Amino acid sequence: MKTIRLIIVAVGGQGNLLASKILGEASLIAGVPVRMSEIHGMAQRGGVVESAILFGDAKSTIISEGESDVLLGFEPSETLRALNKCNSGTVVITNLSPIPPFTAAIGKGNYPDLAKLQNLIRAKVARLIAFDAFSLAKQAGDIMALNMVLLGSLLQTGILPLSADHVKEAIRTKTKKAYIETNIKAFDLGFSAAKALS
Amino acid sequence: MHKLLINNSGEKLLLLGNEAIARGAVEAGVAFATTYPGTPSSEIATNFFQISQESDLYFEYSVNEKVALELAAAAANCGLRSICVMKHVGLNVAADALLTLAYIGVKGGLVIVTADDPYMFSSQNEQDNRYYGKISGLPILEPSSVEEAKNMVIDAFELSEKLEEPVIFRTTTRLNHSTSVVNLKPFVSHTTRGDFKKDPFQYVPVPAVARNLHARLLERIEKAEKISETSPYNFIIGDGSLGIICNGVSYNYVYDAVQDLKLEGLAKILRIGFSNPMPRALIKNFLKGCEKVLVVEEGEAYMEEAIKAFAQEEGLTFSIKGKEENLFSRLYEFNPRLVRQCIAKYFNLNHTPVEIPDLSDIPEIPQRPPNLCPGCSHRATFYAVKKAAEGMTTICPTDIGCYTLGFLPPLSMGDFLLCMGSSIGTSCGFSKVTDKKVIAFIGDSTFFHSGIPGLVNAFFNQHNFTLIILDNGITAMTGHQPNPGVDMKALNLEGYQRVSIENIVKAIGISHVGVIRPFNIKKSINTIKEALDFKGVSVVISKELCALYAKSLKKPSRKPFFVSEKCKNHRECINNLGCPAFFIEDNRVKINQDMCVGCAVCAQICPENAIIPVKD
Repeated sequence: MKTIRLIIVAVGGQGNLLASKILGEASLIAGVPVRMSEIHGMAQRGGVVESAILFGDAKSTIISEGESDVLLGFEPSETLRALNKCNSGTVVITNLSPIPPFTAAIGKGNYPDLAKLQNLIRAKVARLIAFDAFSLAKQAGDIMALNMVLLGSLLQTGILPLSADHVKEAIRTKTKKAYIETNIKAFDLGFSAAKALS
Repeated sequence: MHKLLINNSGEKLLLLGNEAIARGAVEAGVAFATTYPGTPSSEIATNFFQISQESDLYFEYSVNEKVALELAAAAANCGLRSICVMKHVGLNVAADALLTLAYIGVKGGLVIVTADDPYMFSSQNEQDNRYYGKISGLPILEPSSVEEAKNMVIDAFELSEKLEEPVIFRTTTRLNHSTSVVNLKPFVSHTTRGDFKKDPFQYVPVPAVARNLHARLLERIEKAEKISETSPYNFIIGDGSLGIICNGVSYNYVYDAVQDLKLEGLAKILRIGFSNPMPRALIKNFLKGCEKVLVVEEGEAYMEEAIKAFAQEEGLTFSIKGKEENLFSRLYEFNPRLVRQCIAKYFNLNHTPVEIPDLSDIPEIPQRPPNLCPGCSHRATFYAVKKAAEGMTTICPTDIGCYTLGFLPPLSMGDFLLCMGSSIGTSCGFSKVTDKKVIAFIGDSTFFHSGIPGLVNAFFNQHNFTLIILDNGITAMTGHQPNPGVDMKALNLEGYQRVSIENIVKAIGISHVGVIRPFNIKKSINTIKEALDFKGVSVVISKELCALYAKSLKKPSRKPFFVSEKCKNHRECINNLGCPAFFIEDNRVKINQDMCVGCAVCAQICPENAIIPVKD
């Protein structure tokens, strides 16, 4: 099976690790070989969290510079920062709702302009899917469902060797009962948002 | 039921490397587990802790790694399968016990898990613990993947019992924090009660006994080498005259590179998973069919040195390389691209790496450095100490924990750090040879771990410094593990005592001991000032729960604060406290209500009293 390499970048607390876990569980359901790894810095909150997920027969659990097929960014400036993981064939999906780093929030350093940020990314990769996933999570009923919105848009691209149904089954069996409905709704909203942009 | 206790053979689970290691131990019938928490090993013990609450496994968070290993050594010498888990630097702490335990040996299997941290994602050094195999004479097993790790733990117990020696199970961060699908096997039946048969001439290594025991250890090393020669963990795949020898996660990158570079039929790989003693004959045979050999290993040239020596014994003169200026570094982690390029370069293969986009037009993106949490009690303490020490020239040795981050501006509290507990020992030295005011910082868990001997030393030798003990009621940085000062009743856990830091400090004989609640800034500053003015060893204990831990205990939450119209933009709050809940909008300071935990520290330091609680 051809190896598909996915990088997910997020700010600590955005639910990136659960999103990775859902993709892993969905792969197990679908019988797709999967390996992944995660790195988070020293701080428990507020730092960058990066996950690498490899679908297919590769043994490696990390993705080198320039070698991701898909980059999924939970925060626009972190998506931009991870552009070194991409190549001209990479598909990039990003949330457009910023969480400015503390340094920028207190006026030390400038947060990149969102329009410029999108143009920069678009010019360097095969395709950019950018939308406000935060609003859609709110619309689904819980801002913590941001990760599910982004999973929906990721699955819509059809790049992963998984179907939306596999992922939804993983959401149903591996997320907390009280949140399943919201999570599925968020997933569908993200799926539709990506479809509307295609 | 805990997912690692599912006793269904053939079932598949998606597991983190650390979960797979814990599962392997459970399948092997482990009865006794100890640890001191440390990233990247922490989740192994978290799982044991949970499992012990619903099974007959004995597990404890020991006070430090040395004590953890001593417990496990005793249990294993009573016949119990035992495991002791720590991060790489933890083995330095346990090394005193380890090196003589190798003489004493074990009866029941004992597996010592040591997790190295190449690139230092969350460590102060990237030491290569394979050398502990050499210095102790103990066998080392190293897995390459999550799936292999689980099964290798089971075999590590068997190997330990066969050799009657502990086995070092060495991982790296990338293995601990990778996730993959693992096949479950049924559990081996196990005993939880042991017996110890007295035999002082085996167990009490006075010189006359130790001389015999060392000779016995050497015999066991020879036996271990024979097992290493035929171990399924040292295997060869592929065929060809280009030889690649690798270990651990590097094997994955090598394996993938051989596919990517289409080297089938040209290259063969020797994967070393039993790395001490190295399989001498196997390696010599592997070398004989090669024109050129590349050694791919993160960390030091551990295998490379051995392989070159074996080649010399055989009179082989072809090129064997690994750590070289234009090949592999002794620094940091490897990755697939790096390994692929080094293989291509060394064996003169045509290879065009995927182009990385030109990023020269990307604007500078503000960094997102790790930071103390909003409402972190350490921030309040650091601020109070800084205010209390105004006008003094200080040296502030710090220690290992979240509070190490206090060295960053604007707090800038943290000038020197070696290892767990070093704040106190180094303070003795700094205060002896300089005229500066020395203020040391240590956390509660680190104080218990290795701070106490330093403090006893400081009092006995009449040193002169102030020690601030940052007691946030939990071992926070590694993910909220218990320590002897933790209120275990708050966690609904029975069977524990609670040790008072204040009583320990006073029992040493230290007369000047202050206790502060750091969210009361004025009082704290005054108490700290008195301690700083004291000649001799003074101690201030700063008590306030870790903000994240308090949240997890569902402590009643305080109202968040906001910046009112009275604000005159002094920005004492942002410039000197720097809580991440602050942000600036239209040149005004604001507080993110979702992040503010209502500690009220900023409200107390605002010169205009402009920061006030949100009304209902």
